[in-house]
Amino acid sequence: MKQKFNIIESTCVPLPLENVDTDQIIPARFLKATTRDEKFFGDNLFKDWRTRPDGTPNPDFVLNDPRYGGCILVAGKNFGSGSSREHAAWAIAGYGFRVVISSFFADIHKNNELNNFVLPVVVSEDFLEELFAGIAADPAMKVRVDVPAQTVTNLATGRSEHFELNAYKKYCLENALDDIDYLLEKKDKIERFEKDRECWK
Amino acid sequence: MNTLFDKIWDAHVVSQVPDGPTQLYIDRLYCHEVTSPQAFDGLRARGICCLRPERIFCMPDHNTPTRDQDKPIADPVSKAQVDALARNAAEFGLTHYGMMSPDNGIIHVVGPEKGLSLPGMTIVCGDSHTSTHGAMGAVAFGIGTSEVEMVLATQCILQQKPKSMSIRIEGTLGKGVTAKDMALYLMSKLTTSGATGYFVEYRGSAVRALSMEGRLTLCNLSIEMGARGGFIAPDETTFAWLKGREFAPKGADWDAAVAAWRTLRSGDDAVFDREVVFDAAEIPPMITYGTNPGMGMPIDGHIPADAAPKALAYMDFAPGQALLGHPVDYVFLGACTNGRIEDFRIFASLVKGRRKAEGVTAWLVPGSWAVKKQVEEEGLDRVLAEAGFEVRQPGCSACLAMNEDKVPAGKYCVSTSNRNFEGRQGPGSRTLLASPLTAAAAAVCGVVTDPRTLL
Ligand code: SF4
Repeated sequence: MKQKFNIIESTCVPLPLENVDTDQIIPARFLKATTRDEKFFGDNLFKDWRTRPDGTPNPDFVLNDPRYGGCILVAGKNFGSGSSREHAAWAIAGYGFRVVISSFFADIHKNNELNNFVLPVVVSEDFLEELFAGIAADPAMKVRVDVPAQTVTNLATGRSEHFELNAYKKYCLENALDDIDYLLEKKDKIERFEKDRECWK
Repeated sequence: MNTLFDKIWDAHVVSQVPDGPTQLYIDRLYCHEVTSPQAFDGLRARGICCLRPERIFCMPDHNTPTRDQDKPIADPVSKAQVDALARNAAEFGLTHYGMMSPDNGIIHVVGPEKGLSLPGMTIVCGDSHTSTHGAMGAVAFGIGTSEVEMVLATQCILQQKPKSMSIRIEGTLGKGVTAKDMALYLMSKLTTSGATGYFVEYRGSAVRALSMEGRLTLCNLSIEMGARGGFIAPDETTFAWLKGREFAPKGADWDAAVAAWRTLRSGDDAVFDREVVFDAAEIPPMITYGTNPGMGMPIDGHIPADAAPKALAYMDFAPGQALLGHPVDYVFLGACTNGRIEDFRIFASLVKGRRKAEGVTAWLVPGSWAVKKQVEEEGLDRVLAEAGFEVRQPGCSACLAMNEDKVPAGKYCVSTSNRNFEGRQGPGSRTLLASPLTAAAAAVCGVVTDPRTLL
């Protein structure tokens, strides 16, 4: 979902687990879909954790806990490992998350999030621990993610950290442009490049 | 620096995004039915078309049945994906080799065999085994669905440049040892993450001595070591194989192309980020015992004492166990790894004059209709039939069991495909990855057998 990023202030959904893999984020049986329907993927985010074997909601899973909500997911280390399926990022975006905070992201998944207008924010272990503790103590506590300043702030404690974001991606997020928009603007460059090539290429 | 990878990469840089990735021009995009539908939806949502439709080729392969392809696909979900690809290709004006077309087959078999994948090219597909095309001397790699959309729309992709790695294999392969064994051996030594973050160039006399089919097998498996891709510098073997193929350059263009392709090699002073060397004479026929392709051992070896317990529990094997003589229920010859004409020749050469063992179900699935046709022209189908084997219709088949070719739970399959993950060939299936020769030996003996004893 293309949208502009500026300053986001929100309560958080905590998922204090490490190595959450993409099979858990979106189970393989949902890969047979031929559309990118946001609601479909959002509804099936963490499907096997969200539902009990009999199909009823699992009250112990955080997405079913009415105390927690907001557009920021806070997750343990090595989030998004395993299969490269982009469907995992579609599910996170489709559910309505705009930011995922963790101390480490799997490489491909991180890119998939960025390509789908979900901002992965890498923070220190320390900062992450403090966030989890803060949210546990008060589910209503908020976090501010300031994209122009590249800072993330725990509003309960006031503690703030800088996060990495390359200038190109930042520009894309602030202007709701994706890689394809960027490349479409470069059409003249592409045509110039093609001109100089041998015919058999 | 001065590696062939650098040369091909640099020749395709359209621009460098300031403080960002590289804009890379893509010569060839292949689309299959599983990872492309959402990319086409994306184009429709933006109201745009494909920038260079003539560079894009589509074909269904994952969901296609291996029998009765002239009839509608029974599984409605498979049918929906296959139909969507045909519709999208028609709407966007792309070449589409549909089911039953004589040009259809597994993308990674069809691309090279039609001369669509050529030396010096950049090639992408929404499929991790796109590395296969590296055998032609191309930089080829798998991409995600957003990136498929990117290439459909602009014929370019934004990428960070990977590091380069040289894998050199010197010497001569022993009797009964194939390119597949070479790849399984590399994985067992380097592990499934040994080449993560790298683009691999395969070099050395043993690599040079491989046929094009063997090179395609080797490059196919690059991804199973974690590499972004793997390739082999083009040489006379490459040019001889390509000459006259449908999309290969013709006449004066051919001569100009070959002259240019001859310059496609790493400089003598090339510096790689990582280099490893192996001795071909030390490579035995290999077989896997576990649930990732790096868990391989010599066919006459014993399962390591420290093998992962979870994998052994799934396979119902014990540490220290030998696999020779272990009963086999299924044999699969095919996939983009070993579904080419040479693989059928190798398989047929071993089963000739022998009989398929009772109780073994064998699926022999050519990688393309062209392979199937050649199998018939060479009379291999008769040799195989006399030995009790049937050649089926082409597709991915039991490689990932998206069609009906599923190995039942608990059954053992000696398979020439590339992945032995839990459930890959069907829920509960147990896969032993091996070469076509080892698969043939298992098929006629009904148990895991060292093919060298039958040569
Ligand atoms: S044969 Fe197997 S590995 Fe190759 S493209 Fe098909 S499913 Fe993928």
